[in-house]
Amino acid sequence: MTAYLLNRLAVGAATLLVASLVVFAVLEVLPGDPARLMLGLNATEEAVAALRREMGLDQPLVARYLAWVGGMLTGDFGTSYTYSSPVTELIAERLVVSLPLAVIALALSTAIAIPVGIFAAARRGRAGDTLAMGAAQIGVAIPNFWFALLLIYVFAVGLRLVPAGGFPGWGEGWSGLWQGLGALVLPAVALALPQAAILARVTRSALLEVLGEDYIRTARAKGLPQRVVLRSHALRNAMIPVLTILGLQFAFLLAGTIIIENVFYLPGLGRLVFQAITQRDLIVVEGVVMLLVASVILVNLAVDLCYALVDPRLRTRRP
Amino acid sequence: MSETAAPPESPRAFLRLAFANRSFLAGFAVTLLVAGMALVSFVWTPYDVTELALGDRLQTPSPEHWFGTDHFGRDILSMIMVGARNSIAVAVVAVGIGIGIGVPLGCWAAARGGLVDEMLMRFNDLVFAFPALLSAIMITAIFGPGAINAIVAIGIFNVPVFARVARAGALALWPREFILAARAAGKGKTLITVEHILPNIVSLLLVQGSIQFALGILAEAALSYLGLGAQPPMPSWGRMLFDAQTRMIVAPHLALFPGLAIVVTVLGLNLLGDGLRDVLDPRLRRQR
Repeated sequence: MTAYLLNRLAVGAATLLVASLVVFAVLEVLPGDPARLMLGLNATEEAVAALRREMGLDQPLVARYLAWVGGMLTGDFGTSYTYSSPVTELIAERLVVSLPLAVIALALSTAIAIPVGIFAAARRGRAGDTLAMGAAQIGVAIPNFWFALLLIYVFAVGLRLVPAGGFPGWGEGWSGLWQGLGALVLPAVALALPQAAILARVTRSALLEVLGEDYIRTARAKGLPQRVVLRSHALRNAMIPVLTILGLQFAFLLAGTIIIENVFYLPGLGRLVFQAITQRDLIVVEGVVMLLVASVILVNLAVDLCYALVDPRLRTRRP
Repeated sequence: MSETAAPPESPRAFLRLAFANRSFLAGFAVTLLVAGMALVSFVWTPYDVTELALGDRLQTPSPEHWFGTDHFGRDILSMIMVGARNSIAVAVVAVGIGIGIGVPLGCWAAARGGLVDEMLMRFNDLVFAFPALLSAIMITAIFGPGAINAIVAIGIFNVPVFARVARAGALALWPREFILAARAAGKGKTLITVEHILPNIVSLLLVQGSIQFALGILAEAALSYLGLGAQPPMPSWGRMLFDAQTRMIVAPHLALFPGLAIVVTVLGLNLLGDGLRDVLDPRLRRQR
């Protein structure tokens, strides 16, 4: 178990290291001088040179890379060129929007998908199954940003139940929390439904695979009710593919927030990185991308850990 | 992934099975329709998509303009037809990049094993750690927006997908007797891969190809919605949705039709893929 975890941890750390090299290298080939960009076209050469020195852009590449990585390890992501404030602060401000959004969306998607998947698998080939999987088939094909537009049209423009966009902040007390949640409902639904459609299909097919096994027949032969067979015999064994997809979906959700936050004008991480890219605010882009990559790696580690919890056989075997 | 597909023996048997499969049939019809629409748009569209008719702005659907007109008075149906061209072109080339680079890599890793294999898999892990859309946004932002850069950005993320599928398929084949026989006959690994491995993983690649094609259409729409895909005046479905957003209160039909075009196309491709998998993989056929 320990060896298995250490191995996964080492692979994760190595991936992160290479990722940092790739991010740094890719963003270093970007055309455009950040110092020149900050000061505008009318600035004198001396002023630009002075700022370059201040920002450390005159240092050799290796020194800059080491300073950047070293800073990140101590929680210092550098200073944004356009906002002139620490990137760590910017990220923290945006994280209070993006993290709840991603978590709500993931929870919503799981809460919809797993029951639907079980429902469909239990009624395999019957009307309920056909209907649920038909809906899932359509759900997979819907782009989340188009779904978001439809939601805005119906619930914000038509019924006026929730705001069409923007984020009021988390505010004070319950009413503040309520307002904040209200602004995140539509974005979370828009993110969650297409993901739920994929997850429901995976849950169904994983369950069907397991339901064909001998031990399920044994459980049924013992006279156990269908509910118990499904829940305690089949579901647990079907969890591995479901968990894998859940882990992968986390990465999709993170990327999805970039688009969805743009649709709803939410001041989250996705919007921050999108704006930073268009403004060539490299240090912000580098910081956010590394954070996102690190969280994807962490989630996949957590998934690996869950495998071991769900399937004891994996604890002793190399992955 | 442990078992490989045993495809129907002849192209004829394949066609017979395929056209008896409802999923395949529906998907095939929709895909044909969309592709046909894109092809027709080269020679004819109801209206010229570059022609502005400000007098006809924001019209609702009518016999003259089936899907209405946009804020420049352009015919939405014509724009969707030309937009199909863009979506298909981006997705096809992106899948081509994925197959062209990914499949040789995957086959190579499976044939060599050891360090080469390990390195390829770690490289895959690395690419998968980057949320694909985020990296696509980075690539298009760095090299400038446009259809070509969108193709490259989407194509890069198809490479590890096809590498993984090809590797898994090839690995399952290498211990089989007919490969052993080929090796005993003195054939080299490259020759075996070309003559025996590739023909046997074609079905896997076809199925994955249809999935990646659908994902490519979705990714292209997302990029052009963000303004990073095909640039105006070239119509694209994602861009049309972006333009529709600010006018949704006065003209909701602007958002309806391009979105439906995306859904129908992706749905068709997914059905096609499901159908292909059913036909080509008897193990899965039994299960459904």
